[in-house]
Amino acid sequence: MLLRHTSKEILERKALMINPAKTCQPIGAMYAALGVHGCMPHSHGSQGCCSYHRSTLTRHYKEPVVAGTSSFTEGSSVFGGQSNLIQAIDNMFTIYEPEVIAVHTTCLSETIGDDLTQIVKKAYDDGKVPAGKHVIYAPTPSYVGSHVTGFSNMCKGIVNGFSEKTGEKRNQINILPGYVEPADMEEIKRLTTEMGIETVMFPDTSGVMNGPQTGRYHMFPKGGTTVDELKSTGDSMGTIALGSFASSLAAKFLDTKFKVPCQIQELPIGLPATDRFINSLRKMAGVNVPDSITRERGQLVDVMTDMAQYFYGKKVALFGDPDQLIALTEFLVSLDMIPVHIVTGTPGKEFTAKILELTKDQSEPVNVKAHGDMFLLHQWIKNTSVDLLIGNTYGKYIARDEDIPFVRHGFPIMDRVGHSYFPTVGYKGGLRLVEKMLDAMLDKKDRDSPEESFELVL
Amino acid sequence: MKDTQEGLAVADKTIDMDLNKIKAQILDKYPIKVARKRAKQIVVTQPGDSNTMPEIGANVRTIPGILTQRGCCYAGCKGVILGPTRDVINIVHGPVGCSFYAWLTRRNQTRPANDDSPNYMNYCFTTDMQDQNIVFGGEKKLKQAIQEAYDIFHPQTISVFSTCPVGLIGDDVHSVCREMKETLGINIFGFSCEGYKGVSQSAGHHIANNGIFKNVVGMDDTIREGKFRINLLGEYNIGGDSFEIERILNDCGISLISTFSGNSTMGQFANSHTADLNAVMCHRSITYMAEMMETKYGIPWIKINFIGAEATAKSLRKIAQYFEDEELIAKVEEVIARELPSVKVEMEKARALCEGKLAMLFVGGSRAHHYQELFGELGMKTVSAGYEFGHRDDYEGRRVIPSIKVDADSRNIEELSVEQDPEKYRLRKTEAELAELTAKGLEFSQYDGLIKEMKNNTLVIDDISQYETEKLIEAFKPDIFCAGIKEKYAIQKSGVPMKQLHSYDYGGPYAGFQGAVNFYQEIARMTNSKVWSYVKAPWEKEPELAATYALS
Ligand code: SF4
Ligand code: SF4
Repeated sequence: MLLRHTSKEILERKALMINPAKTCQPIGAMYAALGVHGCMPHSHGSQGCCSYHRSTLTRHYKEPVVAGTSSFTEGSSVFGGQSNLIQAIDNMFTIYEPEVIAVHTTCLSETIGDDLTQIVKKAYDDGKVPAGKHVIYAPTPSYVGSHVTGFSNMCKGIVNGFSEKTGEKRNQINILPGYVEPADMEEIKRLTTEMGIETVMFPDTSGVMNGPQTGRYHMFPKGGTTVDELKSTGDSMGTIALGSFASSLAAKFLDTKFKVPCQIQELPIGLPATDRFINSLRKMAGVNVPDSITRERGQLVDVMTDMAQYFYGKKVALFGDPDQLIALTEFLVSLDMIPVHIVTGTPGKEFTAKILELTKDQSEPVNVKAHGDMFLLHQWIKNTSVDLLIGNTYGKYIARDEDIPFVRHGFPIMDRVGHSYFPTVGYKGGLRLVEKMLDAMLDKKDRDSPEESFELVL
Repeated sequence: MKDTQEGLAVADKTIDMDLNKIKAQILDKYPIKVARKRAKQIVVTQPGDSNTMPEIGANVRTIPGILTQRGCCYAGCKGVILGPTRDVINIVHGPVGCSFYAWLTRRNQTRPANDDSPNYMNYCFTTDMQDQNIVFGGEKKLKQAIQEAYDIFHPQTISVFSTCPVGLIGDDVHSVCREMKETLGINIFGFSCEGYKGVSQSAGHHIANNGIFKNVVGMDDTIREGKFRINLLGEYNIGGDSFEIERILNDCGISLISTFSGNSTMGQFANSHTADLNAVMCHRSITYMAEMMETKYGIPWIKINFIGAEATAKSLRKIAQYFEDEELIAKVEEVIARELPSVKVEMEKARALCEGKLAMLFVGGSRAHHYQELFGELGMKTVSAGYEFGHRDDYEGRRVIPSIKVDADSRNIEELSVEQDPEKYRLRKTEAELAELTAKGLEFSQYDGLIKEMKNNTLVIDDISQYETEKLIEAFKPDIFCAGIKEKYAIQKSGVPMKQLHSYDYGGPYAGFQGAVNFYQEIARMTNSKVWSYVKAPWEKEPELAATYALS
């Protein structure tokens, strides 16, 4: 057994986290910053954090992830990291020539109390930021929240650093896509284009984190939201923020600072949430939903009805990030499945409340925990078995030990590809999820069914 | 198979390159202060003996913003040295991330004795510090976490790792460990390996060595069976390397008391002082342990290397020579004679596909040296190499140690003062015996470093930056580049196959005889794969149109 020490008996824990279902803020901030065109993320702390964040993002995307570090030593930890950061900014602009540097803090610089507003101002004052270039920043202490919080903080940092109001309204909608894959961002853009709506989506890691092999390395590839686009977000008609944990902070900030009204809703994963997304877009932009999209929707519903028998009543355990889990839970419920164990590592009472609300009519009670961990999830599974497990790569240890069909979803996925290229948002994404779940469950059925009842057609 | 780099069949296109010019071009982009610093860490090897070997800047601070490969002290301590031991619960005291990223990502394999014996390596433990712990201190939470780990798992050993914020808020991790050790009656100890200590992972290695030496080594005096009993130091069982080495040693009749730390247990560490020889694989990360064990327990150490078929054979012979036993010497020769022919067959096959190609290696603290053996066996030339966290002695050999300046960053890392143990010290070889063996060519406590083995007119670069990596690729167009995961895809996007030498790209083992075969095949695959030929689309290759076809 891989997790041979995980027992059925659950002892309450107050201090020890075992097998986390979250990681720390800066990695989310780094990922968000990569969605700005020409941006070099920078980790203000010791170099280990940066090395870990780059490595983990790289394992997930199989793409280059560059980022700077302030390389704190013991001295900088005592006296503060101002000179390290200013030196780093100078070096990065000179050597790598990014358009933007996006600085986030780490536990270390937060604990020391480094003030990014003041240090970045000093970098500008000292002439370390070349004309036309930008330094933006966000505080991301990892002892608060999770990587999702870090993503959310950097989204706010982007607004804070770029958004402007000229007074002239623009016929465009801001979209905060949430902490999703580049493929998902691409799909959201495809859908809005299909509907004929002008949008500024940020961050946008498509084209950055799923770039082509061209035989030439470009540190700053074509993708990412441009500075000009970001500046214009203060003039947009409205903002749609997808996923409240990842996106509401920046959306609300745009609202209070520039009076750009925002609508916060679930990530468009699965049928119900995608319906709401398309409907909001329709209303906010005042456009009709084109037939092509209604057709895509119909295809998803078609497969859901065709294969309904394989979903009905199946119990599911899932772990990951709150925005994803909320949308997924709703989707599973819409498929007549029963989500029984749900864990996110990210803290948040709203999460638990929302999940309880979504599952209130189901035949089995749900175990749900925010700020939980995968050890607890595994123990729950040992007590009530499930037919399907959904989560990041770490889930494969549980899946193998317990022989559960497993669908990889979330961050990080380090042992498979596909997530950067095929979306799970939108109707197409719904189809992909349905396909993946069926593949996993039916492969097991095929493997386990006795010879006499082994079926050709399913 | 010896000296395979001599007489390359294919012309060496780098032989006349002006590397000083390339160096100057690289430095040109840097701000003056940065250029001055980096200049010391980039060295062109020169013809001549070791006296003319240039001094290289190493183990110095990384320049902020330069885009380094390096990680932190904690990564070196928890990730590298203590990660591979299966029967200890490693609690990372800090916010969640530090522990999360080190969770199973280094690929240390392990083989528990049976289905019931402890293996915690697939688990990740953290105190997941929250803001109130940062404000009010985290000692209470740590204590509680240790208690919970004990209540749930009942381990024999718990160790605790401090991350950056912990050092800053002043949690006394060691006193918590002492207290809980008393209360629970199991071995519990801590490591002050905060990420900001030192200048790289290297500081963490040292701290880990100190901690295991102080808290574990020497606790179990049982003399295990076996006539020729050794420890293997600095082998971490990435991709199963230790398993292959264990197989070979076992076939030779050499008993492995403990490996530091691939496929290891705390019990093996505790007993390791009973071995009669320490064989050091990674000079950078573990020689502290070898030296301390020599002083305290009287175990001599030699440098060996199991990367490369010829190097493996040589290392086995060295061990046999040490024991001065005819039977062992014969047995080792028998194993070598049994293993080498089939290795050689595979080597020749791969060599036919690889000969004359160029390699670059920028990784770790010993692999950038060791893997040159394998490339040499394939007839490939290493045109440029360097370490991520090596010291001058790893480049220039231990003879330079007395002349290495101890700077503030190194001074902060504790040097244990070790003395001869009044009871457990046992002289393995007298001075005279050692001298005699040395005279016969078996060097003790010696390592000549990487530079000596590089060809003339090659570039040695310490703590290489992303920019320098790109420039090297431009200048040399190597056929393969070896580094870590962070570098992998930028290099591959340039059209150059990239081999990870930390994680082996999820392959391996590459150590020993079988490992060498795996590596030959892997490099042959990587440098000859069809996939690289599709980078350009047909219309990019010949953009001119012969005729036009317009929709009307
Ligand atoms: S916080 Fe410190 S210990 Fe943790 S990863 Fe970062 S540098 Fe390393
Ligand atoms: S110190 Fe904080 S920011 Fe750095 S890796 Fe650890 S949790 Fe993340």
